[in-house]
Amino acid sequence: MFDSLSDRLQGIVSELRGHGRLSDEDIDRAMREIRLALLEADVNFKVVRDFIAHVKERAKGAEVMESLTPAQQVVKVVHDELAALMGSSDSRLAFASKPPTIILMAGLQGSGKTTACAKLATFLKKDGKQPVLIAADVYRPAAIDQLVTLAGRVEVPVYAPGADVDPVRIARDGVRFAADRGDVAIIDTAGRLHIDEELMGELVRIRDAVKPHNVLLVVDAMTGQDAVNAADEFRQQVELDGVILTKLDGDARGGAALSVRAVTGKPIKFVSNGEKLADFEYFHPDRMASRILGMGDVLTLIEKAEATVDAKQAAAMEEKLRKASFTLDDMLDQLKQVRKMGPLSGILGMLPGVPGMKGLKDAQIDEKQLDRVEALILSMTPEERRHPEIIDGSRRQRIARGSGMKVQDVNGLLKQHREMQKLMKQLSSGRMPKLGFPGMGG
Amino acid sequence: MEWYEVFRGIEGEVPAAVVEEEKAERAGLLGRLRRNLGKASGALRGALTTIVLGAAGEDVWEQVEEALIAADVGVDATLEIVDRLEVRAASRGLRTQEDLIAELATAVADELRVDDPDARRIDVTAHPAIILVVGVNGTGKTTTIGKLAWRLTQMGRRPLMVAADTFRAAAAEQLTEWAGRVGCDIVRQASGGDPAAVVYDGLAAAASRGADVVIIDTAGRLHTQVNLMKELEKVRRVIERQVPGAPHETLLVLDATTGQNGLRQAHEFQRAVQVSGVVLTKLDGTAKGGIVVAIHKDLGIPVKLIGVGEQLDDLRPFDPDEFTRALFAVDG
Repeated sequence: MFDSLSDRLQGIVSELRGHGRLSDEDIDRAMREIRLALLEADVNFKVVRDFIAHVKERAKGAEVMESLTPAQQVVKVVHDELAALMGSSDSRLAFASKPPTIILMAGLQGSGKTTACAKLATFLKKDGKQPVLIAADVYRPAAIDQLVTLAGRVEVPVYAPGADVDPVRIARDGVRFAADRGDVAIIDTAGRLHIDEELMGELVRIRDAVKPHNVLLVVDAMTGQDAVNAADEFRQQVELDGVILTKLDGDARGGAALSVRAVTGKPIKFVSNGEKLADFEYFHPDRMASRILGMGDVLTLIEKAEATVDAKQAAAMEEKLRKASFTLDDMLDQLKQVRKMGPLSGILGMLPGVPGMKGLKDAQIDEKQLDRVEALILSMTPEERRHPEIIDGSRRQRIARGSGMKVQDVNGLLKQHREMQKLMKQLSSGRMPKLGFPGMGG
Repeated sequence: MEWYEVFRGIEGEVPAAVVEEEKAERAGLLGRLRRNLGKASGALRGALTTIVLGAAGEDVWEQVEEALIAADVGVDATLEIVDRLEVRAASRGLRTQEDLIAELATAVADELRVDDPDARRIDVTAHPAIILVVGVNGTGKTTTIGKLAWRLTQMGRRPLMVAADTFRAAAAEQLTEWAGRVGCDIVRQASGGDPAAVVYDGLAAAASRGADVVIIDTAGRLHTQVNLMKELEKVRRVIERQVPGAPHETLLVLDATTGQNGLRQAHEFQRAVQVSGVVLTKLDGTAKGGIVVAIHKDLGIPVKLIGVGEQLDDLRPFDPDEFTRALFAVDG
């Protein structure tokens, strides 16, 4: 029911591994999967459409096509684009040169405004500011009591003249109150539907009365497709400066973050992610992108591979592959490249789908086996490594003795090398079955 | 469905005038729902016109797909519904745009139907009948309880509210205000107490105060918070021990703006406290609440009530055809 994108792309990736290079059709298939993943993460379908169109262009570009790991590269492009889209502008608050800095909080009912007010106050207090809370939600029963109680817990002043006072007046007087008692005024407003003209009009009047330095829209991370409608309406009517994403401690993918960012053009500044008042922090676009895509370590793996695989060596290897001149030296190189990335079992664990893959799950990835292959090849003369066909019986005995192993082990290695060479030939002719790493059991 | 049909245990007690009033009320509501929900359906009509004109093809079904996705129906349920609709459209030779949209509405409504009409009703046959109300933060549990209690008093019952949300600041005050508006009793304790203890007191008070329905408000909690879900399980166990056969209803309050995570919420609450029905709130906005399709389909939990506004009478019985006709702006 809840497959991650990584799991789903695994199917495509494993097929792609066969032909190495991506065709336009492969990219289209991958894009379809990514589209579904984004929709399941609640990104608005129009936003998805635009996003996919944009990413497709990049995915068909050289950076992916010429990559060593094209399939993973597609995912990386998607991830990077997501992160860039969500975090391209500054997420800090605007502070007034002449205090108090005024922050107006707005949002639908139940998005978590009152709690977010208290959490923001806690956050700012820790930062050395002196926040003051203003209770302008006169509609929800006991909303004022709630803010007053929370202000007590945060230990900040609160302005709460009561539910029978006009909210515009509460805001205006509250800012004056805040100027005497602190340096940041946080105004809590009633939750309202974006299509409620009367209440939206009231919000505009509050804004005009206090001229806030920051108007923040509070959005529930679990919001579905409708997030765009609400956010767009708030943007048009009160001109937002940023967004606070709440309830991120749940398991919602949080696609609303992308939707809201796309329609408002305003940054997500904070996330609220826990029951405690201190569970509030700056927004991290990277983490959000991974969360929306439902993937964990794939990127770490790609970055590792990018950092460790020497591009020149890779190019030389490709040349050899094409000529089908795959020597034992090349095998040794390949082995070293793989090992540079870290313990094999760790690398395999990072691959999407692999931990649960049939067969491989039980196969013991024996690091020692890699040591043995390395020892065997290192016990050969350069001539033998280049031309394995000259390795006769007595040479085999010498290599076995030199590496501390048996003649059968030498035979096994040579056989494996011959098979790999065969694979290389098939590869250069365009058809290649799965290529295993040498020395991998199972 | 009308209100006088909603409660199991209050049959035949409603005068004809009330029935008439209900019908008028519903007509007004349908209009309102349609105005809001139908806004996004314009594009769909355009798409379906193309089908009818014969320039059909994959594109058009893709747009039907998008209409469903836009309603938060979710990818899996959407694909299934579209598949079925394609077959139906072909076999019945549907020609007009109206036919197709009506068929779409029916296909979605089919996903929300129950075999046994009682499965959609709220069981208040027991005296006292215990209704446990649960959900994540901010879905409108307290408001729903206010409206439900008001409706029960209108129908001659004596509800008692139990404020077992001892976590959120001023939650008990909020419920107390509702109790005042409705004119019913409430049991509460100081904030920060053990919700199971409040529930225990509430159930004991029901007998002494002559209440015949007990509605229990619980703190909003994310379904991923293990300790809070355990706390809720404990509340249910306390109820079970104290009143055999209770709770008679466990209602999950779900915000219509919720996306695909709603299915997870329902799943986890179902596992913890065996949900008997969903109350879909905030349908007076532009959100469509399509996730209830997946919740009904995958977990078999029916929608029982919908919330369409902030007034006392803005809680309504759920009817799948009414709901989907409003969703896709079908006339009649």
